[in-house]
Amino acid sequence: MSSSIEVSLVVSGLTYGAPLVLAGTGELLNERGGVMNLGVDGMMLVGAATGFWTALTLPGPSWFVLLVASIAAGAAGALMAALFGVVCISWHANQIVTGLALAIGGGTLGLSSYLASVGNLAGTAPRHIFNPIDLFGLHGLPGVGPVLFHENLIVYLSWIATAGTAFYLYRTRSGLFLRAVGEDPAAADAMGVNVVRYRYAHTILGGFMAGLGGASYTLALIPSWTNGLTAGLGFIVIGLVILSLWNPLLLFGGAFLFGVVINLGYVLDTRGVTVPPEFFAALPYVAAIATLVLLRGGARRSGGPQALGRPYSRVG
Amino acid sequence: MIRIERRLSLKLWVRLCVPLGSLLVAFVIITLLLFLSGVGAWSTYSAMISASITSTSGLSETFVIATPIVLTGLCATMTFRMGIYNIGGEGQLYMGAMAATAVALELHGEPGYVIIIAMSVAAALAGCVWSLIPGLLRAYFSTNEILVSLMLNYVAGYFISYLIFDSRSYWRNLTSAAGQVYPIGKTIPAASWWPAPSLGGVGIPLGLMVAIVLAAVCAVCLRRSTLGFKMRTTAGSVSAARYAGLNVRRLIVVVMLISGALAGIAGAVQVGSASHALDPTGLEQVQYGYAGIIAAALGAFDPIAVFAAGLLLGAINSSGSILVGPSFPIGLTGTIEWIVLFSVISGGFLLNFRVRWRPRASGHKAGLGRGEPTVPSSSEPTPTLAGGIGISKSTQVTERGAR
Repeated sequence: MSSSIEVSLVVSGLTYGAPLVLAGTGELLNERGGVMNLGVDGMMLVGAATGFWTALTLPGPSWFVLLVASIAAGAAGALMAALFGVVCISWHANQIVTGLALAIGGGTLGLSSYLASVGNLAGTAPRHIFNPIDLFGLHGLPGVGPVLFHENLIVYLSWIATAGTAFYLYRTRSGLFLRAVGEDPAAADAMGVNVVRYRYAHTILGGFMAGLGGASYTLALIPSWTNGLTAGLGFIVIGLVILSLWNPLLLFGGAFLFGVVINLGYVLDTRGVTVPPEFFAALPYVAAIATLVLLRGGARRSGGPQALGRPYSRVG
Repeated sequence: MIRIERRLSLKLWVRLCVPLGSLLVAFVIITLLLFLSGVGAWSTYSAMISASITSTSGLSETFVIATPIVLTGLCATMTFRMGIYNIGGEGQLYMGAMAATAVALELHGEPGYVIIIAMSVAAALAGCVWSLIPGLLRAYFSTNEILVSLMLNYVAGYFISYLIFDSRSYWRNLTSAAGQVYPIGKTIPAASWWPAPSLGGVGIPLGLMVAIVLAAVCAVCLRRSTLGFKMRTTAGSVSAARYAGLNVRRLIVVVMLISGALAGIAGAVQVGSASHALDPTGLEQVQYGYAGIIAAALGAFDPIAVFAAGLLLGAINSSGSILVGPSFPIGLTGTIEWIVLFSVISGGFLLNFRVRWRPRASGHKAGLGRGEPTVPSSSEPTPTLAGGIGISKSTQVTERGAR
């Protein structure tokens, strides 16, 4: 295997993994707080549509438009997550049903396609996209140069999100409290932690990250609009969060592998080995199931939040 | 101040008014949405009603679309009522469709009723196999069935895509002119197309009659049978069920099998009355498995109400598929369903809690998780995954519980 193929595989791992890392760290945080939001796919799609629409219509310099578009995409996701929060955290509705409703209501036959048709997004070429940045002028460095120092901002953002989430979870007071809320909300409450506020904050943050992750498709990876463009990647995100045992660093590794695997099929194809693309596509889901089985429900041992999916209230 | 407290009893008028009020709220929101997007709300409503209900062809189409949704809705209902969550109806439907197509192709030349019965049985078995995986893992390894069944949906989706798009499988049509241009599935023999006897011009699909029967069976099973009693006991408390001598593990497997069979039959119905071939793209686009979960939630996990909710979703979907165009964007159907579901789920809150207006009493704090670090008024938080929507305080079969 020539080194250029290796480099292209690593680059593809980083680029195609980036949206999954962004959405995944958000989902990881709200699952750590005990809230399982299965609506990632819907929030990603609505974020993707909102971001693309903003980038199409807003006048101004490129950096400004992209900044506003990213924030708008995140805000759209956050808004959906806030709705989810009101219904599930305050009103104790079933998180599974509500999350799936978010995924479908935002999905191919739902809000994202509706926004796309109202905003006439399909078949329109974008005016601004995230281009690779030449970081510190080190692009020419042999080997690592094109991999580490010549990526687009989304990729760098995914690195920051990973490191930031890991630091937040394991090295800050509120990260500790968040994990307590996910493990045993009653104990956290007795300790003086505002369970409801923590869950709201991280659910909304999860929505923001999902929206941003979705927008990284339309603003960087595949700068165009087709209905349902994530093709169920939001559910891969949920699988990756399990696969990573709710650990942001492992999540990054998982997303990277996924990005590599996406392109591995093509590489193998050029070398005369034909593996059906469906095999690689299904692999992360099978791996997630295998992880769950190997853990044998030992959520406690594996570091999975004990109170995942259960609403909390003081009144009986 | 506003005080929120759990309802101890539920009066009949509340039980009736809350869902109706929720639908009314949804109606108002949808009307606002239509006005805001510059589409005439009333003309859209009348177009939708005439496309899905008042015209005979539209009503026939509504029934065809509603049938698989009702069946996957029953699939979700049967497990949710026990406090376990099979959200793998989508994948079980795919496997059912795959098996039903294979049987119909294999039995070419046999009389129609033989093929149709064989299709249903094969589809039910295939659905069972696919739901057995999360069921067994749940029962014997305490693996989270929600996540396993969700992941298996995508495995099944890629499997049937592989059969049609990337292999020269039995299901794929390699001979016809169209099949050589674009990968499509073999069409099943005309004798195996599920009949839809006409009633005053409206086709009543065979699948719908099957769904009516199965909904009734599910309702009786949940309310009157020993199995239903066992399910309710387990939903109430796993440890109580175990002390009472119930084999909770076997119960989980049995319920998952029933659920998978229902979703599998939905796949057979879809092949028999709509697609007449294995059509991965079509199946993945309509997402009847997930629509079934929405129907189940709308119907508060009561089989008869789920049937009605399935018809409603069928009508919305069918009007969407007929009207889709410039004045009726493709995403509108999902958005409408979403608004309806969120309104009904939110209404579920009013069924479990009541909101009272009271003058502030000293030292009396409103409950429901306000942040002051006082001693919790109840020592145990309710460990329920299924809060507001109709399932009464069902203790989830917890991770620790089944070990």
